[in-house]
Amino acid sequence: MIGMIFILTYCVIGLVRIILQLPKDDRRKFFLSLINPVTMMKNIRDIICDCLLHVKIWKRNKLLGYMHSSIAFGWFMLIVIGHIEVFLYVPHRAKFLYYPIFFRYFVAETDTTLKGSLLFFLMDFFLLVVLSGIFLAMIKRIRSRFFGMRRTTNPSFLDLVGLYSLWAIFPLRLLAEGFTADISGGSFLTKSLNHVFTAFLGNHVNMLPTWWAYSLALGVFFCVLPFTRYMHIPTEILLIPLRNAGIRITNARKGLAKAQVYSCPNCGLCIDACPMGVMKTNIKDTTVYLNRQIRRRNENRIEEISDKCLLCGKCTAICPVGVEGDKLRIAQRSIRKYGISPDCSSIDTSGLIEECNFSGPSDGKVLYFAGCMTALTPKISRAMCSVLSSAGIQYEMMDRDGGICCGRPVMMAGRVEQAEEMIRKNTEIIKASGASVLLLSCPICYKIFKEKYRLEGIRVVHHTEYLKELIDSKSIRISRNDLKYVYHDPCELGRGCGIYEEPRKVISEAGELVEAGKHHKESICCGGSLGSLSLGFDKRQPMTENALNNLTAASPDVIVTACPLCLSTFSRYADRPVEDIAEIIDKNMARQA
Amino acid sequence: MDFGFGIAPSSAINLDRTDLEKFEKVHDMEPDIYKCMACGSCSATCPAGRFTGMSLRKVILDLQRGKEAEAISMLKGCMLCGKCSMVCPRGINTRHLILSICRTYKEE
Amino acid sequence: MKENIIIIGGGIAGLEAAGQLIRLGYNPIIIEKEDHLGGHVADWNCLFPDMSSAEELVSKLIKNAAEANIFTNTEILFINRLKDNYNVMLSNGISIIARVVLFATGFKLFEAAKKEEYGYGIYDKVITNRDLEHWFNTGDDSRIDTDEMEAIGFVHCVGSRDEKAKNPQCSKVCCITAVKQAIEMKQKFPQARIYCFYMDLRMFGKKYEDFYISAQRDYGIRFIRGRVSEVSENIDGKVIVKAEDTLAGKPVKVTLDLLVLMSGMVCNPDSTKVAGMVALPADTDGFLKSRDNIADITSSPKDGIFYAGACTGPKTIPETLAEARTAALNIHTYLQ
Repeated sequence: MIGMIFILTYCVIGLVRIILQLPKDDRRKFFLSLINPVTMMKNIRDIICDCLLHVKIWKRNKLLGYMHSSIAFGWFMLIVIGHIEVFLYVPHRAKFLYYPIFFRYFVAETDTTLKGSLLFFLMDFFLLVVLSGIFLAMIKRIRSRFFGMRRTTNPSFLDLVGLYSLWAIFPLRLLAEGFTADISGGSFLTKSLNHVFTAFLGNHVNMLPTWWAYSLALGVFFCVLPFTRYMHIPTEILLIPLRNAGIRITNARKGLAKAQVYSCPNCGLCIDACPMGVMKTNIKDTTVYLNRQIRRRNENRIEEISDKCLLCGKCTAICPVGVEGDKLRIAQRSIRKYGISPDCSSIDTSGLIEECNFSGPSDGKVLYFAGCMTALTPKISRAMCSVLSSAGIQYEMMDRDGGICCGRPVMMAGRVEQAEEMIRKNTEIIKASGASVLLLSCPICYKIFKEKYRLEGIRVVHHTEYLKELIDSKSIRISRNDLKYVYHDPCELGRGCGIYEEPRKVISEAGELVEAGKHHKESICCGGSLGSLSLGFDKRQPMTENALNNLTAASPDVIVTACPLCLSTFSRYADRPVEDIAEIIDKNMARQA
Repeated sequence: MDFGFGIAPSSAINLDRTDLEKFEKVHDMEPDIYKCMACGSCSATCPAGRFTGMSLRKVILDLQRGKEAEAISMLKGCMLCGKCSMVCPRGINTRHLILSICRTYKEE
Repeated sequence: MKENIIIIGGGIAGLEAAGQLIRLGYNPIIIEKEDHLGGHVADWNCLFPDMSSAEELVSKLIKNAAEANIFTNTEILFINRLKDNYNVMLSNGISIIARVVLFATGFKLFEAAKKEEYGYGIYDKVITNRDLEHWFNTGDDSRIDTDEMEAIGFVHCVGSRDEKAKNPQCSKVCCITAVKQAIEMKQKFPQARIYCFYMDLRMFGKKYEDFYISAQRDYGIRFIRGRVSEVSENIDGKVIVKAEDTLAGKPVKVTLDLLVLMSGMVCNPDSTKVAGMVALPADTDGFLKSRDNIADITSSPKDGIFYAGACTGPKTIPETLAEARTAALNIHTYLQ
């Protein structure tokens, strides 16, 4: 009873605080989305799918999915049916919340009616479902490997209290209902248990203590809930409508960030997903631990964890509740104080514009921005220019002699204002070119050009998309060879921008495409990412080697990627050729004689 | 009145009077700062260098010689693109080094 | 019956050791994977600092080792240790038992294409030090346009002193090789401007410094202290080199008709493979580990196995030859 009141007030206060912490515009957006019938339906569907049935976990791992949905959905149904029972049998509907919970204790009802026995059956059935879930949870604690998880989180002390009280609730309920089954009625489970008990105990003295133990366990669980990982249960219900309203993280600790942190169920799926996990020392730097440290306000650790991350976004991609590990970290980086703040505003773009020698606007002209990193991998830009010329495309290069950085790397370091300065400078140059297509061969550039630049009337394409268009429009012809290619999804292109199929279709034109062990949104970061600030060069080697092992699972002849950074990182350690997708196409292009 | 010359302090670097407290603090944050062999790869490849005069090699050298003001004015031109970390033959984590300097030293 | 001694590698170290061992009354057996003897030196034209002929040196060494059993185009399938002997199985089906095995497996030239930013294999006007020696020997290289040679650049430390290339060690001979090749190019193209991009100039050997002074004074070769960071190509097919002139404190850019990359010496993977068969350890630089790097560089940690030459690290020719003689003497002492 105390637990229930406590948790309800806590949740309401928490909810109001998070909503108040949202920026004004976002708050309006949020409330509007709540009354919008489309998002409302989506909210309801998502809440049922994610919070009760745990569809996402099911998709990942059946056993794990069953464990979660049996406990959540089973318990939910117990409460619902309990309420129906109360509603049916207590005419003046209970004034107290706890009435349905302890219904069996207070009210003696009969199961002779069909309706009654059906309800009893359902109650027992769902109790059994929940118990099976709890049983699985116990096994998972002991042997996580059984569930396909190599590693799981280390629970804190309060987490353990919550965990054990949660485990205790349902067996105790079973016992308690078992003792009272002959008085208040029951079904296949409780009735038969009751028969066993009466056989050697014979009286009802055990009834009271077990009901007390049951209510105590329930009380303890709800009392510790706000301080444990189980807080994710109520928070997720808030997070889902926030997410559906299209709100983004703007503050490192408040609003959506807070909702995400508290929604983290500490399931530890991100631990196995994290590419840094190949080195044991990095395990405590995964998203689940970041969330824990943010809850504890342990600033030193928050900084360490958020600076180390490669920002590959894999934890975000697989998170069952939708915690955005990468964005959360960038937000943490953005509140850091620096004594020196760079300033690019003095750069004069007119010199650069002159250098590019744009020859007046013309329809359909392509502007190719190779990017900083491509200057170190000249194979890519050369191949791309060769393809463009063969296709008869009129193009101009924007950074033949080096240009201004796109701003994404500095954005990843959390310095938003500086990134915006670079965006302004580059926008001036692009606008001056008169091009209608901006072509990029670097996914890091592509992401920021796509998301943050305002280039009205100019189409931003990555070269994987553009190559596919050229092939589709028959501007270039590809002759097939019999090589086996594996495609590595660069983080910023795949998870970052959702481009998975175009490169695969392009490569399939040139040869046989095989898949890596983990691919698409589960692809493993090459380890060369600019996302990490603190990981040194030597610390990245094991990650690269791990990613390479994953790529060579189907023994391909060539590793293909679409990112200059992945290319140079992989080439350093690979035992076979690593090539950019543009090179593959350039080599296999059937040229007119 | 301008005589065209002034009585300026000696332009020589006096290592006896160089206060390296902050430099050591940066070293605690990013030990790689000791690894630089001044080959100039970072400065040569730096896209910002041609616009803003940024040169990481010079920044490290200036800080080590106690010439903070010069170093800071150069650092203000860094775009943090990370190209220098790609070319550094000693594998210095240049971006972290730059950020560590930016946190330790202060603009005037 | 003379005692067999197995020498793995028919480069200058293996040949010199064989010559010495013959004189000491042994029967050396040289196993060479290539079709010719002399190793990397056989690919060279002139040798620093006296500009003597590489071909003459190699043929002299071969002549001295003429009585040895020589297997070219032969690889080692496996080596196993019997009680006091080593049993070596060759790819031509022959197996040899000997008390002593000498590793003269040498080095491998760093693959310049791995440093993609220098554009080897991508740009037409980028070659390596070995390519240039090949051209000196044969005059055959389509990349070298003798009619148009206004500016030539040499890049020191390609793949050496470079953690990114997984070779932190100094390759020792490239500085002087660059000086030598720069002088030779200046002799061939007196009108050309020649640049050497270096990080440090390590002129440690006999008469190296004289050579360096001569390059500056007599040939006007320009030394720029700055590591090349990237190379691009202009429309005419010339290469543009970007570096920082660290002494001037300014970035430099120069357009060249030919860029020569001084590929460094790295450990030979075949050497590592064969060493692995008898569990010989590698040192931290990847080269084979000696019993003692100062007092006993030619001995391996295993009895009966000796080293000579660049299999234990980058070496000059005189150093290699001296080591080969030391190894021969050590083997002689060991067998007595």
